[in-house]
Amino acid sequence: MLFFSFYKSLVGKEITVELKNDLSITGLLQSVDQFLNIKLKDIKVNEEDKYPYMISVKNCFIRGSVVRYVHLPAEDVDVETLQDHSRLEAREQKKQNKQHQEQKSSTATTATTSTTV
Amino acid sequence: MDKREEGSVEEPLDLIRLSLDERIFVKMRQDRELRGKLHAYDQHLNMILSDVEETIKVVEKDEETDEEIIRNIKRNIKMLFVRGDGVILISPPLRTS
Repeated sequence: MLFFSFYKSLVGKEITVELKNDLSITGLLQSVDQFLNIKLKDIKVNEEDKYPYMISVKNCFIRGSVVRYVHLPAEDVDVETLQDHSRLEAREQKKQNKQHQEQKSSTATTATTSTTV
Repeated sequence: MDKREEGSVEEPLDLIRLSLDERIFVKMRQDRELRGKLHAYDQHLNMILSDVEETIKVVEKDEETDEEIIRNIKRNIKMLFVRGDGVILISPPLRTS
């Protein structure tokens, strides 16, 4: 959720997406979803001579799972907020895990009691 | 419980939480290594690092002698998002003091 909201705040900014197949694409971030799939417009491939078939591509959708890195505009990243949100989300995650664990153990005890009856 | 929460290490991800705002070492798939300051992470180990130095190890084979030459390619990136599925390990900063 943290990175989803973070990317939403970067919509309209220029980013460079580096894919797992080494292709690097620079473009304006158009939209993003919960899987961190990314839509870019006005794109440019960084090594155009190596990928000539990409020259005519102007817009693209990138599946989140094929991304290796995203180079971000440092001036648009507020590191303090990010750190605070990371801590907050870690706490939320822990709370959820604990609740889940408690639920599981309570259903386990009801299961054993019902078999003994 | 809540009092202890901030500084203690109960589960592996706590170690990463305590590394926020510190320089960390990240080993990645395909013989890549990153060193940079950690600013954000989530449970998938997606991360945002700043002032990153990436080292890529490339093995080249000499055509004539069949010798393997290991070359380290380095590059610097100001602000980088790293997708968690490529991460192998994260090491907190070395305490040299």
